[in-house]
Amino acid sequence: MGMNQCLTSRRKEIKGDTMLNASHKTGLVFFPAFDWAIDSTHPEREERLLYTQDQVSEEGVFDIPGIIEYKPEIVTPKDLQRAHFCVPDEHTVTTESHHLISAGGAKAIANAVMLKEVKNGFALVRPPGHHAMRVTHGGRGFCHINVEAVMVEYIRSQFGVKRIAIIDTDCHHGDGTNDIFWHDPDVLFISLHQDGRTLYPGTGFPGELGGPNAKGSNLNIPLPPGTSTKGYLYVIENCVLPVLEAFKPDLVVNSAGQDNHYTDPLTNMNFSAQGYARLTAMLKPDIAVLEGGYAIEGALPYVNLGIILAMAGIDYSGVVEPDYNPEKLKQSVSVTDKIKKVCDQIMTYWGQRYEMREAAGEPGQIIIRHREVFYDTDNIFDRQKEKIRVCRDCGGSFEVDSKAVPGHHVLGVHIPINACKACREQGYEFYEQADKTRYQRIYLQDRTTDLYEIKQ
Amino acid sequence: MILGLDVGGTHTDVVFLSRKGVQKHVKVPTQPDNLFKSVLSGFTLILENVDPGRIERVVISTTLTTNAIVQQTVTPVGMIVSAGPGIDPQSFRTGDHYYAVGGSINHRGREIEPINEMEIKAVGETLKKAGIEYVGVVSKFCVRNPSHEILIKRILNKQFKQIFLGHHVSGNLNFPRRIATTHMNAAVYPLHKDFFQAVEQSLEEMGLTVPIQILKADGGTMTLGASMAFPAQTVLSGPAASIMGAIPYAPEGQDAVVLDIGGTTTDIAFLVDKTPLLEPVGIQRGGYRSLIRSLRTDSKGIGGDSALRVNEKSELMVGPDRIGPAMAFGGPVPTPTDALVVLGLMEAGDQDRARQGIKSIADQLGMEEKQAAEHIFKICCNIILKKTFEMIDTLNAKPVYTVHDFLEGYKFSPDTILLMGGPARFFAEKIQDMYQLETIAVPYASVANAIGAALARTTCEVTVNADTEQGVVTAHEEDFAEPVSKSFSREDLEETAYSLLKDKAENAGADPDNLNEVEVVEFQEFNIVRNFSPRGKILRTKIQLKPGLIHGYESMLNQQAQGN
Ligand SMILES: [Zn+2]
Ligand SMILES: [Zn+2]
Ligand SMILES: [Zn+2]
Repeated sequence: MGMNQCLTSRRKEIKGDTMLNASHKTGLVFFPAFDWAIDSTHPEREERLLYTQDQVSEEGVFDIPGIIEYKPEIVTPKDLQRAHFCVPDEHTVTTESHHLISAGGAKAIANAVMLKEVKNGFALVRPPGHHAMRVTHGGRGFCHINVEAVMVEYIRSQFGVKRIAIIDTDCHHGDGTNDIFWHDPDVLFISLHQDGRTLYPGTGFPGELGGPNAKGSNLNIPLPPGTSTKGYLYVIENCVLPVLEAFKPDLVVNSAGQDNHYTDPLTNMNFSAQGYARLTAMLKPDIAVLEGGYAIEGALPYVNLGIILAMAGIDYSGVVEPDYNPEKLKQSVSVTDKIKKVCDQIMTYWGQRYEMREAAGEPGQIIIRHREVFYDTDNIFDRQKEKIRVCRDCGGSFEVDSKAVPGHHVLGVHIPINACKACREQGYEFYEQADKTRYQRIYLQDRTTDLYEIKQ
Repeated sequence: MILGLDVGGTHTDVVFLSRKGVQKHVKVPTQPDNLFKSVLSGFTLILENVDPGRIERVVISTTLTTNAIVQQTVTPVGMIVSAGPGIDPQSFRTGDHYYAVGGSINHRGREIEPINEMEIKAVGETLKKAGIEYVGVVSKFCVRNPSHEILIKRILNKQFKQIFLGHHVSGNLNFPRRIATTHMNAAVYPLHKDFFQAVEQSLEEMGLTVPIQILKADGGTMTLGASMAFPAQTVLSGPAASIMGAIPYAPEGQDAVVLDIGGTTTDIAFLVDKTPLLEPVGIQRGGYRSLIRSLRTDSKGIGGDSALRVNEKSELMVGPDRIGPAMAFGGPVPTPTDALVVLGLMEAGDQDRARQGIKSIADQLGMEEKQAAEHIFKICCNIILKKTFEMIDTLNAKPVYTVHDFLEGYKFSPDTILLMGGPARFFAEKIQDMYQLETIAVPYASVANAIGAALARTTCEVTVNADTEQGVVTAHEEDFAEPVSKSFSREDLEETAYSLLKDKAENAGADPDNLNEVEVVEFQEFNIVRNFSPRGKILRTKIQLKPGLIHGYESMLNQQAQGN
């Protein structure tokens, strides 16, 4: 069959240098879960990625040499146990399998990137996950399990990657991811989001910098309503990139929420498809994972296309929303000033991170934190008491006492993946001394040996 | 009585079938520079002593369009492409006469930017001046709203011999492929038309007056008349003919692989319960990608005439090139066919020359002659089966878009291998031994392709979309659009789709007896919600008349084969 070669060579000859080609290999998982919704009029419903799929299919994206589509995998309870204490168990929290496939989409991309089949990858999956915390009793902000955290913990265990940065550009504070890596100095978490005083979940202020052993490795950058493309790119250039430069991560993950778009119904920002593509090109994430984004018809098709092309190193200058008018979306001078101020403040905190850790406590000291977590999706109220060992050598072991109403009263003990000997011993002490009569379940998450154990 | 004719690269095969099985088959050499003559001499030979009045059906499969594309003898075509936001349409350039114009339609089929009439007229004039007679017009999202394509055609209509529109080639979304397919359609049209009109006339002169059916790449047929709108569908009908010829011997209710082992390549295809699998979007070969419906086939550069070599690491290399026929048949270098001769499996050919060739390989490998021949044979089976299993892995790794498909997705897992092509019968036993899979050499292997063409039934596909927010149900590929109410349901959509499919099939020459093999390829239903309140529904379906054989012949073929 000479047809094969001839059609190919003819094609090349005709197309010459205009032939579309990714500058490297980029993996894509597209899992729109067309048969699942929270409920029929909820923003997180079947239709959400329909128009994105139409746009991406019509553009012939999956035919571009260098773009490789992967089928999502499905995550196992073992995968969840590295990032979560699922209460009462994994099965109950993820009764519906779409959560497992959504996280499995990110896992498939992680495998492709880590095995060097592709240079980078984008998991377009739903439902999102960045509001799901380490202790998870159910659904929060449309999320049950944290897709990025499950993926990051998988990468750490499977491939031994040490330093990872997660940049959350969703318009909502990525409070779940923030919680999961709160005490982890080896995971840099930066969230850009609309100011918590004006949007769910109401957190993510600059002073929220992480636990005593990880101060400054959590950076929260609230942005005023009306922030435009210029403002977002200013933060990337003047804050995110310098911090990344200093942190020197082995892997950069982007929680690529798209709800800061100027047409998003849930938020008040002025970001654009061109802006998202630029942001992606500047940030150069190894792995991007879709989070929120609910302007499903006017924004998502263009934003997702822009991100895909930027990841693949293909010209994205033609990807523009039909109603895009940069003049109308200009940010005010006061917004520009506020953004500059918050960036300066963040850079100051970042510069003082080691001093702040020194000041947080003496090594070996146990620090206690009380907090309350509300689950808007499932209407659960959780009261937590956390104890962590201050340590300069590792992230420090901690225990969380979590009492959910309605729900269970449990204790989770976490020993970090790089735990020092003293913290490891402290972790086992927490676990062994826990009062079985007080808790319905006591969990041990020993990341040093990838062990997960439950006492009832 | 049925005639099936398949023009191959070297031979043109013709069969004459009755309900009792194969009545007669002939083989004539193909004259690549005069396919018309090859077709004619095939028909003349088969019709000797046959009353043409008894022939009820004639199916032809040719390499006409394939050759024209490979040899670049297609007609120059002017392409007018309207893209709107997205990837730069210059990336999809088809040749010199390619013009990206303004105008834009979005994914819901809404007009974003109108067509500029002056601009189109100017492009028309430029094309005229360049001597262009055939034009293709493609707009992005034309399958949602073809009005821009129709308008451009209307502006230019009187100036060109024929204008092909993108929304007629497929209901599938894929703008770059639609451009390539529309271009190819226009490029092969004059050739296809002249050729088949000549064939039709000659057959009439021989007394054959039944409408001619033409084989498509999807293993189905269409009438000559229907082919004029979409002649590019005849590309790669050759491999399709062979696969269709394997169906009578495929196991019912099981998965099977078809391997067509030729001189230089082996084609690989898949059957599920006797139905061949289709490419999900359209023909793709190397960098060429189209929306032409096609059986899912791939090929590996290995066959009976592949050149054998030993590399510097003392490893045997098979192909992918062919230098000439086997040494046993006067060729210059040893081939797998020579190994078959040395092993005594094949009786034809010059034994001494075959041994001489295999000996040279054996010496380099440090083996005995027979041992080397056996080694060659095994390596060939290995290469073919390795590629087959890779394809099956790809097939089963196909992305899915629903939770249901993820959890319940079909996994292809063959129980049987059907071997076709010249050396098929020699390979069957070996492959069965090596892989413990039932392996059958298809009877009448040398004319199975012509049998496949003869018995292939009409296939077609319709894609129907309803958007109750906008109040329309459309199948733009069929030039169909009707208003609908908010209550338009799945059942209504299915009814519309079935009736469109039936019309399309009858137009393409389908026998009403064969209209029951309808398959729903896709169904999707979405609520459109804005600001938390429902606005309507989007319903989408794609249904097809799937490829298969016309009724009434298969069982006789099977019995005849057993009797042989
Ligand atoms: Zn969000
Ligand atoms: Zn969110
Ligand atoms: Zn420690």
